[in-house]
Amino acid sequence: MKDKKKILVGLAVFIAAITFPFWYNMGKAAPAPEVELTAKAKAAKVCVMPTAYMQANHMQLLDVWRHKVTRNGERMFVNADGKMFNMSLSNTCLDCHSNYEQFCARCHNYASVSPYCWDCHIDNPKGE
Amino acid sequence: MNNSRRRFLQIAGVSALGLGAKPVLDAFAAGGGEGPGFHVARGEDALDAKQWAMVIDTRQLQSSADLEPIVEACHKVHNVPTTIVNKNHEIKWIWEAHYHNAFTDKTNPFLNESVEHRPFLLLCNHCENPPCVRACPTKATFKRERDGIVLMDFHRCIGCRFCMAACPFGARSFNFRDPRPFIQETNKQFPTRAKGVVEKCNFCAERLAVGKMPACVEASNGAIAFGDLYDEHSEVRELLKENYTIRRKQTLGTEPAVYYIV
Amino acid sequence: MLELAVKGNKWYWGWMVVLLGVIGAGFGLYLMQLKFGLGITGMSRDVSWGFYIANFTYLVGVAAGGVMVVLPFYLHDYKAYGKITILGEFLAIAAIVMCLLFILVDLGVPTRALNVLLYPTLNSVLFYDAIVLNGYLFLNLVIGWNVLEAERNGVHYQSWLKPLIYISIPWAVSIHTVTAYLYCGLPGRHFWLTAVLAPRFLASAFAAGPALLILLCLFIRRFTNFDPGRQQIQTLAKTVAYAICINVFFFLCEIFVAFYSQIPGHMDHIKYLFVGLHGHGVLVPWMWASMILMTVGIVLTVTPATRKNETSLAIACIVIIMGTWIDKGLGMISGGFVPNPMHEVNEYIPTLPEIGITLGVYAMGALVLTVLYKMAVGVKEEVHG
Repeated sequence: MKDKKKILVGLAVFIAAITFPFWYNMGKAAPAPEVELTAKAKAAKVCVMPTAYMQANHMQLLDVWRHKVTRNGERMFVNADGKMFNMSLSNTCLDCHSNYEQFCARCHNYASVSPYCWDCHIDNPKGE
Repeated sequence: MNNSRRRFLQIAGVSALGLGAKPVLDAFAAGGGEGPGFHVARGEDALDAKQWAMVIDTRQLQSSADLEPIVEACHKVHNVPTTIVNKNHEIKWIWEAHYHNAFTDKTNPFLNESVEHRPFLLLCNHCENPPCVRACPTKATFKRERDGIVLMDFHRCIGCRFCMAACPFGARSFNFRDPRPFIQETNKQFPTRAKGVVEKCNFCAERLAVGKMPACVEASNGAIAFGDLYDEHSEVRELLKENYTIRRKQTLGTEPAVYYIV
Repeated sequence: MLELAVKGNKWYWGWMVVLLGVIGAGFGLYLMQLKFGLGITGMSRDVSWGFYIANFTYLVGVAAGGVMVVLPFYLHDYKAYGKITILGEFLAIAAIVMCLLFILVDLGVPTRALNVLLYPTLNSVLFYDAIVLNGYLFLNLVIGWNVLEAERNGVHYQSWLKPLIYISIPWAVSIHTVTAYLYCGLPGRHFWLTAVLAPRFLASAFAAGPALLILLCLFIRRFTNFDPGRQQIQTLAKTVAYAICINVFFFLCEIFVAFYSQIPGHMDHIKYLFVGLHGHGVLVPWMWASMILMTVGIVLTVTPATRKNETSLAIACIVIIMGTWIDKGLGMISGGFVPNPMHEVNEYIPTLPEIGITLGVYAMGALVLTVLYKMAVGVKEEVHG
């Protein structure tokens, strides 16, 4: 073990490098963003599912939607209260949540995710 | 010493692999199923068929001017980029062709002149036995059992273009670049596509789901009929009974669902 | 054993730096392609596969060609090949790495590549291709590495390797068969729609793979202290001679069927390639060059005097590699897409960025091959030197 020193130094450098992001960002946690609702969304009071569910699971729900619509041709969504919605990201979700910057982007940026929904789906379809 | 260190590294490596795979396995276990308290259904107005089919009465479509509004209606409603200059990157869902390009296996040297000079509408044939579906490695293109439409799931397409090689009708286009700058007038109710995926005619699945006929059918002034191939009282079956029709390359056994009255 | 690959003279490191440079340039161009889309290539709506898939197809052949040393050694106990089986296996590894990279750079949405495993589709040949290629890579890595290590340690390789070795032989045939099936099962593409496509692919593979191996052996003998052996090279040369003859024979079978039956759909593609169609014919000089090169290759490898002379043999190998590359790389893919299903002629010419990315992938393969061969030769020098 005549290389003991070299190994230890190497290990120390490695650990320092790999934990660097944690040290660098310590104490600098950004506050969770507040999302803004459009007037339309406020008036509706509740989304297709309860707010807590939507916050946690909207991506899974959208995944179910896209699967059912594109692959099964089933387009009607009926929630627990029996209310019906057209399963369409553009025409239902983004019609109400037509403020991409203040609603979608804020949270996605905070969580550092970049879903590519908007590469194809057009937000604010009615152009208000 | 040497041996046990190697052993340790081997075990560590395998464990790291196992830990890495766990979230994937969890995701599989959690997949599918309907969420808390909701269910999904067909829309009330949705139109149904065992196999949607189209009959194009080419006698009523004598010139390019007759076809133009039909092609435009489709491309407009589906956000098809029509202003791409580079012909290599062209995208088309429905387009005009000469008889001898449309029916390569039925080109007599001496043809009925009115047929020979008539323009023909080409689009995806929504084959009953589609080779593109057979080729797709991810089921991104699939034949919908509910109504026989050959559809694309743009979320899943990896852009391998195997389906383009498999299609004997040239019905498929690939997004060689971002199509958005080349869409003349965006229909905001319908998505665009992103670069890197294949696209083609969808028999207006989104319109059938809300009780509307396909856009080209609506724009054709009755020259194009649309209906269920396996309902003997449907409009298409009535037309097929009364008229002699041809299909493109039917010797290949793909069973196209688009028929032409010449 | 990897430590053998980090010791080398200045030529070795210079070569590695050159390769890394080419890889870097190719990667930069690939980033451009990722940003813009596949529109930076020469591919089109009509010719929807181009240079990437063509080179992929060619390299699957090179990978399968490695079996031409593995099979005689393990199945026929042809002892002379014991010295060089590792070279065949390591060549296969480098070739498969390039194949997988070519598939990846050809995808429109490479980030979704794993969808192939996430939604396994049993009716798609591409699914099987992914399995056999990765399987072959795995087999050769495990077999090559362990057999080489055993040789270094002066022991017999582990007995559990034996079944893997036997499996690897038909597996080599399968990779090129499945790759041919990608093309020959498509209705409406008459150029590919032929049962002889898979055998033809294999014939050209068993010519090109061993030809490259001969060149590598000659290089190794010249620049290292390990001699792969004259007998070994001569036996490989006979394999090349048979395979290139069979390849040309299969091609002539295609010509007969198309032009005696006179079915236009079958003739048009061949006409496009060799005489041009409707005034288009960028590939015509290439295809004739390919025919001439393969014919010269046949003459040089079949004639005993030129086969036994290692200089003329090296020339034969070079012309065979070039001839089969044009035949399978340039002609096979473009030829199948032109004319298109509407009998229109839209030609394909690769663009510079496309060629740059292709060279990047080749450099990557060369890098893998260099490292693996450095190890193999290092062990051979230790053992035999």
